[in-house]
Amino acid sequence: MSTPAAVNLEGVGKRFGEGTGAVQAVSDIDLTVAAGEFVSLIGPSGCGKSTLLRIVANLIEPSEGTVLVNGKPAGRARLDQDYGIAFQSAGLLEWRTVQGNVELPLGLHGVGKAQRRAQALELLELVGLADFAEHRPSQLSGGMQQRVAIARALARRPALLLMDEPFGALDEMTRERMQSELIRICAETSAAVVFVTHSIPEAVFLSQRVVVMSPRPGRITEIVDVPLAGRDEDVREAEQFFAAITDVREALRGRSPVTDEGPA
Amino acid sequence: MRTQAVWAGRIFQGVWPPIIFGVGFLALWQWFVEVRDIEPFVLPKPSAIFEQLRLHHDTIFEAARITGANALVGLAVGLVVGVVAALLAARLRVLDEMLTPLAAAMAAIPIVALTPIFNTMFASTSSTPRRLVVAIYVFFPIFVNTLRGLRQIDPVHAELMRSYAASPWTTTKVVRLPGALPFFFTGLKIASSGAVIAAIVSEYFGGLQKGLGPAITSAAAASAYPRAWAIVTAAIALGLVFYIAAVLAERLAMPWQRPQGELS
Repeated sequence: MSTPAAVNLEGVGKRFGEGTGAVQAVSDIDLTVAAGEFVSLIGPSGCGKSTLLRIVANLIEPSEGTVLVNGKPAGRARLDQDYGIAFQSAGLLEWRTVQGNVELPLGLHGVGKAQRRAQALELLELVGLADFAEHRPSQLSGGMQQRVAIARALARRPALLLMDEPFGALDEMTRERMQSELIRICAETSAAVVFVTHSIPEAVFLSQRVVVMSPRPGRITEIVDVPLAGRDEDVREAEQFFAAITDVREALRGRSPVTDEGPA
Repeated sequence: MRTQAVWAGRIFQGVWPPIIFGVGFLALWQWFVEVRDIEPFVLPKPSAIFEQLRLHHDTIFEAARITGANALVGLAVGLVVGVVAALLAARLRVLDEMLTPLAAAMAAIPIVALTPIFNTMFASTSSTPRRLVVAIYVFFPIFVNTLRGLRQIDPVHAELMRSYAASPWTTTKVVRLPGALPFFFTGLKIASSGAVIAAIVSEYFGGLQKGLGPAITSAAAASAYPRAWAIVTAAIALGLVFYIAAVLAERLAMPWQRPQGELS
């Protein structure tokens, strides 16, 4: 038996509101993310990429279509804690220590104290913050807080990691370092990732495939394969990297160099 | 260690200006009364007031103890009822709609008018009417502030707890209650010194002839003005003790909000 796909979306759509005031946020989404695959969702603001991520996370119910996570309905997957999630804001509990924050999902699901401790320290080691276990979130920089949030998302050893612009609020230097960290962490945990971003270089550097979306209603216009040999720092200056960036940029523009913003 | 030293240094920095101001103010007061030869029934000298405090310290302390006990019991009752009501109102919309106007109505009750009514409801030898008045006074700031704190949940925390499939009660325990602490303590700080004022005011309307209120009245009736001022001083000190206790409780309950030495 082969491992089920990490995410399987078929004909997914979401309407907010009812009647004439209804807004179609996303529609006709078909997407499969294989186990261990890194996929980015990219598109202009308002294209519904965050909505789509929340549908996968079962934080929002879709209006139509089926959502499978690890081969199970999304609701079941959420109850089984099959995914970990990180948001643009780290959302740490300021009254807990760094370690206490990483232990949160473990404590909620009945992991014993000693094991919780050991596991949290291991995760902090993974994100390079073992020395900060006893610190309060307010004592950490934005990048460090985000790493704690990633450690927390990985606490239940999920097969799927959902990330909603996790590096969106970080400066460029920190951002690139965090991207490389994420690549390393994913290699060590072999989790599949669905990563929402509006940065083209970020999407290209991280992903095996980039899902390009159009706004209102959010639809998948194209899925771009990123054929990069490796994901080290040198790649950022490689020709393939720039070629892939151009590829994604053209896909975002709609690949129509002649008709520019004209009537469809 | 260093952090503590810095913290202690800050406290002293914060403590000295009011002490210097207070001593200077008293010296000026003393000088003014002596130079102008003002009658003691208009304004007694600070030295005369302290002399009275020294002479009658045991009876004044006893009066303060009685008033303090009423304020403390009333504060405790109002606090428990206020917090429980806020918890219920935050959980159940129906209760919220019932309790919030009720709380507003309670805040509008003139406690001065209630006291004689309570005095006839209970035996006039009982301290219960006074404690009840304090409890009613305390309820509103505690209820309103705590409820606002409980409602104010970071949207990221809300999504996170849903992704953990946490029950509403778990979310309350793990996120809402700690998040409401700063609001609760704002209410407690208002309520703490207010409880002492309410306890003293309630003593002016019949019932037991014990406590700071009757002591002030009888001293003034006997034309012992420096003694009346000495008791007023004790009343101020009692209010401050309550307020400082609330501030200390806040520090103890929320160590993460303590000023960070290394961030200065």
